[in-house]
Amino acid sequence: MPKSLTPRLAALNEEILGYAREFGLDFFETIFEVVTYDEMNMVASYGGFPNRYPHWRWGMEYEQLSKGYEYGLSKIYELVINNDPCYAYLLESNADVDQKLVMAHVYGHCDFFKNNFSFRHTNRRMIDEMANHATRVRRWIDKIGVEKVEDFIDRTLSLENLIDQHAPHIRRNPDPRRAEDEAKANERVEGFKVNREYMRGFINPSEFLESQRKKVEDEKQRSKKFPERPQRDVLYFLLENAPLEPWEADILSILRDEAYYFAPQGQTKIMNEGWASYWHSTIMTRRALKDDEIIDYADRHSGTMGTRPGTLNPYKLGIELWRDIEDRWNKGRFGKEWDECDDLRARGSWDKKLGAGREKIFEVRKHYNDITFIDTFLTAEFAIEQKLFVYGFNDKRNSWEILDREFRKVKAKLLQGLTNFGQPIIEVVDGNFENRSELLLAHKHDGQDLKGDYARETLRNLQSLWRRPVNIVTRYDGKGVMLRYDGQNHSEKKVDL
Amino acid sequence: MSLKIHQDHSRFKAIVRGKIKANLRKYVQKGEMLGKKGKDAISIPIPFIDIPRFKYGHKEQGGVGQGDGEVGQSLGPGQPQPGDGHGHAGQGEGDHALEVDVTLDELAQILGEELQLPNIERRHNEKIVTQKIKYTGINTTGPESLRHFKRTFKQALKRQIATGTYDPKKPVIIPTREDRRYRSYKLQDLPETNAVIIYMMDVSGSMGDEQKEIVRIESFWLDTWLRHQYKGLESRYIIHDAVAREVDRETFFHTRESGGTMISSAYKLCRDIIAADYPKSAWNIYPFHFSDGDNWSADDTRQCIEMLKNDVLPNVNQFAYGQVESPYGSGQFIKDLREAVGDQSNVALSEIADKDAIYNSIKDFLGKGR
Repeated sequence: MPKSLTPRLAALNEEILGYAREFGLDFFETIFEVVTYDEMNMVASYGGFPNRYPHWRWGMEYEQLSKGYEYGLSKIYELVINNDPCYAYLLESNADVDQKLVMAHVYGHCDFFKNNFSFRHTNRRMIDEMANHATRVRRWIDKIGVEKVEDFIDRTLSLENLIDQHAPHIRRNPDPRRAEDEAKANERVEGFKVNREYMRGFINPSEFLESQRKKVEDEKQRSKKFPERPQRDVLYFLLENAPLEPWEADILSILRDEAYYFAPQGQTKIMNEGWASYWHSTIMTRRALKDDEIIDYADRHSGTMGTRPGTLNPYKLGIELWRDIEDRWNKGRFGKEWDECDDLRARGSWDKKLGAGREKIFEVRKHYNDITFIDTFLTAEFAIEQKLFVYGFNDKRNSWEILDREFRKVKAKLLQGLTNFGQPIIEVVDGNFENRSELLLAHKHDGQDLKGDYARETLRNLQSLWRRPVNIVTRYDGKGVMLRYDGQNHSEKKVDL
Repeated sequence: MSLKIHQDHSRFKAIVRGKIKANLRKYVQKGEMLGKKGKDAISIPIPFIDIPRFKYGHKEQGGVGQGDGEVGQSLGPGQPQPGDGHGHAGQGEGDHALEVDVTLDELAQILGEELQLPNIERRHNEKIVTQKIKYTGINTTGPESLRHFKRTFKQALKRQIATGTYDPKKPVIIPTREDRRYRSYKLQDLPETNAVIIYMMDVSGSMGDEQKEIVRIESFWLDTWLRHQYKGLESRYIIHDAVAREVDRETFFHTRESGGTMISSAYKLCRDIIAADYPKSAWNIYPFHFSDGDNWSADDTRQCIEMLKNDVLPNVNQFAYGQVESPYGSGQFIKDLREAVGDQSNVALSEIADKDAIYNSIKDFLGKGR
């Protein structure tokens, strides 16, 4: 059972909280709970929400985390939930210096959650909402049976990434205007105005009314392009248009809500981890560290910042970028004059003593996400200093290798990996494809092919929701292909793009 | 918040179990997965338990990394994964095929369910349990006798460096009470061995690598099942061509001789081993013999059957003979055995044509529940 803070931890928290406020961090109330490593693994398995709906994959996650811990490969130090109040977990067995580090790190995250624009629309009562979701799923399990519900969840999870990452709101109800239009259309088939009731049958014979009604119906069908524009939020489209049972629709909407809740965390991973790391490092080294804690702190901090070849550590890249921005704005290394200066010596000793760094990073943490953050602030000097490179797979030598260190390519690759959260962009193009109620999706190809076996398996899951054949247009090896699954067989054919 | 994960965890394990069950026939034939993970558990790759998505092929993707190295330099073995060693809400996409650890015990259970193997009726139920100390970790308290000196001094060194009292010129380290570290331990029950398998194999020229591979895989499953049933198990290994000798497990599977075949020599040695080390009253005894069915002479075969009837069968839970098909063997021996002792309740005979047949052969051997 999680415990509230011991007097000792409460005192440490009081201290760290004071420093965080002193530095100007601004966060929701933050509640720490003390857990054992086993509880920590559990909470982490549920994505931070111990009251989440039941599903086997949390068990799988737990198995992997527990194993990682037992083998000494990984240990979760820190876990915090975007909620108001924020919830964060402390590992019972940690030493004081670790607890302080984690608290400082957590306040960084909480400040980011509260202030970064990407989180403006997230549900700050998600803890309650998740519990509510769990209740609903459990109710369906009692009614429908665990096998069926879990199987449906499995299939829906397969589509979980097909949301519109940039939609600011989740739409939950159909467009009210459309309902209005339909009501109007139905009115019109009343026929001509009749003053005397006994004349009605002559002026508006039933065949005439019927043909009028049909005409209106046809017109409506024709005008209703379906969907009117390509739709990125495939889950919403299914929710609206797939022939789902009420329980299926309910579960689909639950999974969609959760996907939208987690989306901003994916969009700001580098910024957010960097920000939290920047603050734990600032608070610890400037204020909180005692002499005899320095070695352990350094060990922990460098462990978090370590990079291995072929990986990008968001903590490391993030903290370095924040520091770089702060430094540049302190020294005035930005703007027209700086950009146009190509005298290396002048650039090297450039310091206008502006001291605007702190202010600048607080501003940046408000208005950017990973893409705009990298796009705006990642400079060539930075890329060299941080030894960034592009890697890729060399088929001939069957190994991953360093391909390039050229700044433009590094930046382009980085941005590509962040676009749409590193996921392919897929839209619903037609819900009545070939006029046979088939579903047609399109993959906006950006140079990377889809993983073929996964794509086919996903189509199969999609078909089971749509009930009619499903198709997706994509490219393989530069050629247009339409993959199709009709409920029994997979097929593909060439298409011109 | 109790650990409600256990429900989801056991659900996951049930799914994995189902997958293993469904693929058991395939696993049974596969030698290479066996023994990969030490003696208690093995790793089994589970196909497609991660959730399929529309996503990029991993090799297509590549990415940006950080660190030293020339362009063109290989990043070393293993796939680069964007990982950070920290758990974080909403992260963690399963990108790799799942490898699950299954304990041999559980595997045996699955095998038993799938092959509908009856539990063995033990002849001797007495279990002598001993206890063993297992060291599990490091603690800040404990008895002085369990003090971990290295850890203690390391801790003291750390403290002295941090507080500035460490002098490299005079490296004296004095641990204080807080520096002391102790080993922590748990007591484990160890059941005493009360069953023995005596493996015998023909290693004459006609038994090729393929035949031995079959014996090796099959004996793994026999071991696994019997260990599941008995919790403690001894194994002895006898190889023979014209003469028999006892060897260790390694030699057993890797010896190849070219001489003729006298099966009686093996049975004689088996008889002697039982007589010397395994009194019938305290041991459950399982001789397993594998050959390609060729024997030197009808006379020798007669001798074998005599010995089986008089010395071996009365003393053992079950005698099993597995005949592995080889292009050179006549395959006569199993026919002789079938005629002579085939109707005895503690005899199991099995013909194993190829790897595919191992699955059913296991059932031949273990299906009697002896």
